[in-house]
Amino acid sequence: MSKVNPTDRRYTREHEWVIDKGDGAVVIGITDHAQELLTDIVFVELPEIGKQVKQLEAVAVVESVKSVSDVYSPVTGEVIESNQKLEQNPELINQDPYGKGWIVKLKMGQPEELLTLLDASGYETFIAAEKH
Amino acid sequence: MNKTPLYDSHVALGARIIDFGGWAMPVQYTNVIEEHLATRNAAGLFDICHMGEIDIKGKGAFDFLQHVLSRNIDGQKIGQMKLSVLATEAGGIMDDLTVYLLDENHYRLVTNASTKDKDYAWLLEVKDNKGFSRVEITDETDNIGKLDLQGPRSEDVLQQLVPAHLHSLKYYHFIKTKVLNIPAIVSRSGYTGEDGFEIYAPHDRIGEIWNRLLQAGVDYGLKPIGLGARDTLRLESGMMLYGNDMDETTTPYEVVYGWIVNLEKDFIGRDALNKQLSEGVKRKLVGFTMWERGIARHGYKVFKDGTEVGIVTSGTHSPTLEKAIGLAFVPAGLSKPGTIIDIQIRNHLASAQVVPMPFYKKEKQYAFFNTFI
Repeated sequence: MSKVNPTDRRYTREHEWVIDKGDGAVVIGITDHAQELLTDIVFVELPEIGKQVKQLEAVAVVESVKSVSDVYSPVTGEVIESNQKLEQNPELINQDPYGKGWIVKLKMGQPEELLTLLDASGYETFIAAEKH
Repeated sequence: MNKTPLYDSHVALGARIIDFGGWAMPVQYTNVIEEHLATRNAAGLFDICHMGEIDIKGKGAFDFLQHVLSRNIDGQKIGQMKLSVLATEAGGIMDDLTVYLLDENHYRLVTNASTKDKDYAWLLEVKDNKGFSRVEITDETDNIGKLDLQGPRSEDVLQQLVPAHLHSLKYYHFIKTKVLNIPAIVSRSGYTGEDGFEIYAPHDRIGEIWNRLLQAGVDYGLKPIGLGARDTLRLESGMMLYGNDMDETTTPYEVVYGWIVNLEKDFIGRDALNKQLSEGVKRKLVGFTMWERGIARHGYKVFKDGTEVGIVTSGTHSPTLEKAIGLAFVPAGLSKPGTIIDIQIRNHLASAQVVPMPFYKKEKQYAFFNTFI
């Protein structure tokens, strides 16, 4: 039932993904596993453009009916765009966590941080271990 | 953790289990919104076996309850139930509970799960210290299983399993009957704002009723419902949750329980409540809806003109209204519907408006539903 975690991006142990656009920018979202845990996402708080975040600092907030969760930035950088569609349709994260449910776009400050993150198979091993 | 007799069934149904006051309970089976809407539009079945049942029996049971309950139960008939507050000497809410008059000199108090032990100890203390020696008080919680069946199709589903004619059962009344030939008490009541029933049966047989109801409800869209949707359903209907919206530091007049206090009779807490009423109630629990984006949650601060004035006790996204709603304590002067307040959500203030309660009221479909309880 779970979606396959795409191999074109990297993952945090906090259940975010990050994809390198190759031009110094990255796009960030939460994983399919995360949206499954949260279930019905009803609200997303997006950061201001220009906000500076450090690696693993909160960059956005997603809320389900029951819970409030921070979205941690996988890398250090500056927010250059956010997914405005989530303001009206937060459920896009549930429906398409790796595509239309993206959350923010960052200009990376320290691209080498990407190497500290998990790849898809590493992330799958991690969530399998977390379940036990 | 304590487990109800239905624990294995919850796991088999794929529920996510949480620790709810020491009980392993299902928070959701599929997702909260789906379960919420199933209850509003069809029917939902809830495992409520964790709640407490305390029986008060014998000559003097009536006098004893008149002494501990805020509500005047004079005139209550066999087959009728009433909502009441169990108050502390200081007028605080020790518990909110329902009182069933099962038989002559035989009452049953249905308490919150988290407060049952405290209530039971308190009732025994009052019995011993105030000379109610003829009253027999027993904790029946371990003997009784409880299910709530809620939603517009509840009657259709339950009628298949019950010989008694359910349609003539009035709101806040109950019958002693059989469900699947199992002796049971069925009341028309609940915690969702919908028509529905609370079903009490022997603890060791409640699983049979649960399973059969799930089957009998398939054609009506019945679903098992977790505590997540139970919370959103009760909040939309303007019902409070003990431990969340009220506790012993809260009085009935500060929340919406003034109507179940009767100062004409003598009961524990009366003097303190009388004093509060004559001096004026300083804070009130009000309903609000968010104006600006954001969801207020339990514990968030309330501001007016930049000054902190209160606190949010419950807050969620309302699946029926599709907006953010909540309950908050505010100074009495800010409790009028229409008043604008600000709520601190993380590092910013978002405005909200005090609104009349409840947030959601079902369309009147059941003739007796609005009978005064």
